[in-house]
Amino acid sequence: MSEIREKVDVCVVGAGHAGCEAALACARMGLETVIFTVSVDSIALMPCNPNVGGSSKGHLVRELDALGGEMGKNIDKTFIQSKMLNVSKGPAVHSLRAQADKAEYSRSMRKVLENQEHLTIKQAEITELLTQDLESPQGLATKKITGVKTYTGAIYEAKAVVLCTGTYLKARCLCGEAITYTGPNGLQAANYLTDSLKSLGIEMRRFKTGTPARMDKRSIDFSKMEEQLGDERVVPFSFSTNPEDVQIDQASCWLTYTNEKTHEIIRKNLDRSPIYAGIIEGTGPRYCPSIEDKVVKFAEKERHQVFIEPEGLHTNEMYVGGMSSSLPEDVQLAMYRTVPGLENCKMVRNAYAIEYDCINPGQLYPTLQFKAISGLFSAGQFNGSSGYEEAAAQGMIAGMNAGLFIQGKDQVVLDRSEAYIGVLIDDLVTKENFEPYRMMTSRAEYRLLLRQDNADLRLRKIGYYAGLVTKEQYDYVCQKEELITNEVERLQNTKVGANQEIQRFLENKGSSGLKTAASLAELICRPELSYEALAEIDPERRPLSDDVIEQININIKYDGYIKRQLKQVEQFKKMEKKLIPSDIDYDDVSSLRLEARQKLKKFQPISVGQASRISGVSPADISVLLVYLEHFRQHKEK
Amino acid sequence: MKTDTIAAIATAVSDSGIGIIRISGNEAIEIADKMYHSKNEKKKLAKVSSHTIHYGFIYDGEEVIDEVMVAVMKAPNTYTKEDTVEIDCHGGILVMQKVLETALKYGCRLAEPGEFTKRAFLNGRIDLTKAEAVMDMIHAKNEFAMKSSLKQLKGAVSDKVHSLREEILYEIAFIESALDDPEHISLDGYHEKLEEKTQHLLLELKRLIDSADNGKLLKDGINTVIVGKPNAGKSSLLNLLVGEDKAIVTSIAGTTRDVLEESIKLHGIGLNIIDTAGIRDTKDEVERIGVEKARKYANNADLVIYVVDSSRELDENDKEIVELIRDKKVIVLLNKTDLDAKVSKDDIKQYFHNVYEGTSNSFENQSLCIIRTSTKDNTGMEEFEDAIKDMFFAGKIAVNDEIYITSKRHKEALMEAYDSMIMVKQSLADNMPEDFYSIDLMSAYASLGRIIGEEVEDDLVNEIFSKFCMGK
Repeated sequence: MSEIREKVDVCVVGAGHAGCEAALACARMGLETVIFTVSVDSIALMPCNPNVGGSSKGHLVRELDALGGEMGKNIDKTFIQSKMLNVSKGPAVHSLRAQADKAEYSRSMRKVLENQEHLTIKQAEITELLTQDLESPQGLATKKITGVKTYTGAIYEAKAVVLCTGTYLKARCLCGEAITYTGPNGLQAANYLTDSLKSLGIEMRRFKTGTPARMDKRSIDFSKMEEQLGDERVVPFSFSTNPEDVQIDQASCWLTYTNEKTHEIIRKNLDRSPIYAGIIEGTGPRYCPSIEDKVVKFAEKERHQVFIEPEGLHTNEMYVGGMSSSLPEDVQLAMYRTVPGLENCKMVRNAYAIEYDCINPGQLYPTLQFKAISGLFSAGQFNGSSGYEEAAAQGMIAGMNAGLFIQGKDQVVLDRSEAYIGVLIDDLVTKENFEPYRMMTSRAEYRLLLRQDNADLRLRKIGYYAGLVTKEQYDYVCQKEELITNEVERLQNTKVGANQEIQRFLENKGSSGLKTAASLAELICRPELSYEALAEIDPERRPLSDDVIEQININIKYDGYIKRQLKQVEQFKKMEKKLIPSDIDYDDVSSLRLEARQKLKKFQPISVGQASRISGVSPADISVLLVYLEHFRQHKEK
Repeated sequence: MKTDTIAAIATAVSDSGIGIIRISGNEAIEIADKMYHSKNEKKKLAKVSSHTIHYGFIYDGEEVIDEVMVAVMKAPNTYTKEDTVEIDCHGGILVMQKVLETALKYGCRLAEPGEFTKRAFLNGRIDLTKAEAVMDMIHAKNEFAMKSSLKQLKGAVSDKVHSLREEILYEIAFIESALDDPEHISLDGYHEKLEEKTQHLLLELKRLIDSADNGKLLKDGINTVIVGKPNAGKSSLLNLLVGEDKAIVTSIAGTTRDVLEESIKLHGIGLNIIDTAGIRDTKDEVERIGVEKARKYANNADLVIYVVDSSRELDENDKEIVELIRDKKVIVLLNKTDLDAKVSKDDIKQYFHNVYEGTSNSFENQSLCIIRTSTKDNTGMEEFEDAIKDMFFAGKIAVNDEIYITSKRHKEALMEAYDSMIMVKQSLADNMPEDFYSIDLMSAYASLGRIIGEEVEDDLVNEIFSKFCMGK
């Protein structure tokens, strides 16, 4: 018997949202890539909510798209409803969310993968990572990755491996007392890789997450619910989607609420919940809580929102958003049936919680490469995050960096002032997370700069550097940037006098008159006016596209805030730019407190900025470190 | 980074003859052992328990220098967090110096100014504020400044700033959580709440900033400039205050041609008194330079004492002086009351009023303090001293339970925080969406963090270290 032995550039383990982006990135960089999945039918599966985006997650998708990712394009092709959230608030928190046709989303992504040059799809469970000891350690790395081994014994030699195992490692699903040892939707779990990882010295964790029930549409009384429509004018996720292509007939979602009866049933049966009964070992996400958690934590709340969302156009299944649960099936049914409109509901699939192995992401560099194993990268829920978008964003960075690693180029690290993706990864690899990490608006300090509308201006260049963005796309953004700058400048320098014509114009627009001459920019600053509104009194303007106009409006209206935030970023960058040499010996920094020393040794931060965000490292420790580095630098110069 | 062992005389060098030599560093105990001999010659400091005190003698080789008490304190529970030995000497200044020299001979290095504190800071024993306060204390010139430094050292500033930061953080957290979880956390009615909070924070910050102005005066002494026409009695006043004849006093107008500077204490308040040349139109080149200097000093003064000769009519030169000291805190001394009065208090008031009339500085807003004195008979001086004290302290700051900001850096950070809160106020007035408030709230939070070292900036660290004479 001879074993199968293949030689490729990159192996991607897992074909969920992280795996797809990672594999596409590598293949598009021209590297021979194999993507492994336990089931080809589950490529880009959405086992939980039927939507993409949402508050701050929408930002991730836009950023991913700007870098050359696929998620945005794919949802634009397969969405059935779309909404820009938070439009009553500032532009920083506007966020896109689209309902997906799940089956279509998955099928469409699979098609993209199948047709991607240099990419091979392989149905197989990876059971072992193959490594080699390095002749001399590189930083913290003492080993390098050489390939992977499948359950059937096939060996794939590779220069880099990206782990995107999602919720499949030693997965088990819990529904009350009933436990099944499978991944989501009854898919086969991956039970061997954990041991291989552990034997390589990788520290594992156990997390849990959950999903609500799906109902038969015919059993729901929608007349008792509030209809939730999509936007009249849909904004696409992808910067390369033609906006006209996404103006489709949209499906509706529905809003209803839990009530005291619901809560009573839950409280009465808490002892049968595996979490409260102590059966679940994994830590669940605080920000995506089960209905049991909500009822316990917000005991004073009389009701909680429940969103009923279609799973697709060609199915009767409806997702019950806001009511994930791991209570026994009979309790679930009783509880769901207390909700207005669900009195006679029939469950197609019951709600369940899922437990799985993941890693402590503190073992990764911000490039998503393992510190201890050169060439090994990881992304997604395997890194302790939660959510499709968080996974996809990491998948892109891990894939891109695996590619750059092989090509011998500088890897990409986005910092907290550049992208939500930067915030996401920095939080994961720097802070200690003991629950699945979910992206949230509040995690981004500089969010006025990290808007969903300017993701292309922020990140196209990086995608272009990695070879994932075309020259045309890159040129378009450069041109856009120039148009915005020039037009803003022109508006600041074009004055209008306080003459009768202007006063009449302002009056018509419901704006107060001018006392002295003002620039057009000053007028745009007024809440009731905008760039578009001034067309009449600005005959010199050139025709500009909507996306350019949007940037002009935002740049002018929020100029003061943007400038102040830029100043904050400047401060922040000072510390980010202070790099810590990889050969630093923290034992030599005598004044560090013991805890800080241990943490710094363990995390090996790349910059003083990153060091300052490690819990257990105090500002005093940072001062000490700064002084030491300064001495170190001066010493080296001599 | 191995640190060497440092030594210094830790107490003020005074004639009392009692003082402490402090030794700190890895070899502190070893070095002390070389100098220390117990009564029975058997005791070794290396063997004693930490935080104990031992009677014995200090020897330089064979020669006994002093009879001492030696305190041995092992790391990390010491001021510097290093092994520390303190030698209590009794033999006077010369003996103390001899003990220090011996310590240096056996391997210590002479500590740089503030180096013990620097080590305490570097070793995480004290935060930036406290370190700065110690530096201030070393340089403190008067009782008030000393008390203020002590307060800062004890963390009064830290506490206050901490609590303000907490308040700001609460608002940030509230806004952020409402953005993340609008279903469960509502921003209804928050606008008004934040408005109130902002107003409160602005007031608190303002109070701290105001204390910074006073704090500066406390530490450096109040820059007090004496101005007036020639021969109004300025130099006599200085001599009276100083208590000795520093300035040459003659009856010839224009005797003081340069400026004279003297530090004195009035009720514990340090005054840097600067006597200037009388201001008048003059053709004498040297005197003219003196007059120019007088103008310059008056411009930078914290307090101006305007001495008027009440036996002479006010003239054009007075007008010039009154214009010069606009915007300044002024005490007018109506001097030479021993002679026939030609100018009264009301005349002065009217005169100031006339000069300032029609300008942006409306005279009515400024309460003018006028005191009748005679430097010749030494009358009115008590009233004058009280006036100085009142001007800076009465009602505004009570010495014991208030916090002073005595560092320029702190003041700047406070001003930044204040400006950021003004921006928050503006955003509220403009009815901006809530997510905009947190931008400036964050800035205010960060600015305050810099005061207590919770936010580290490299330039700040550099600044602090240069103050500590980091050197190489």
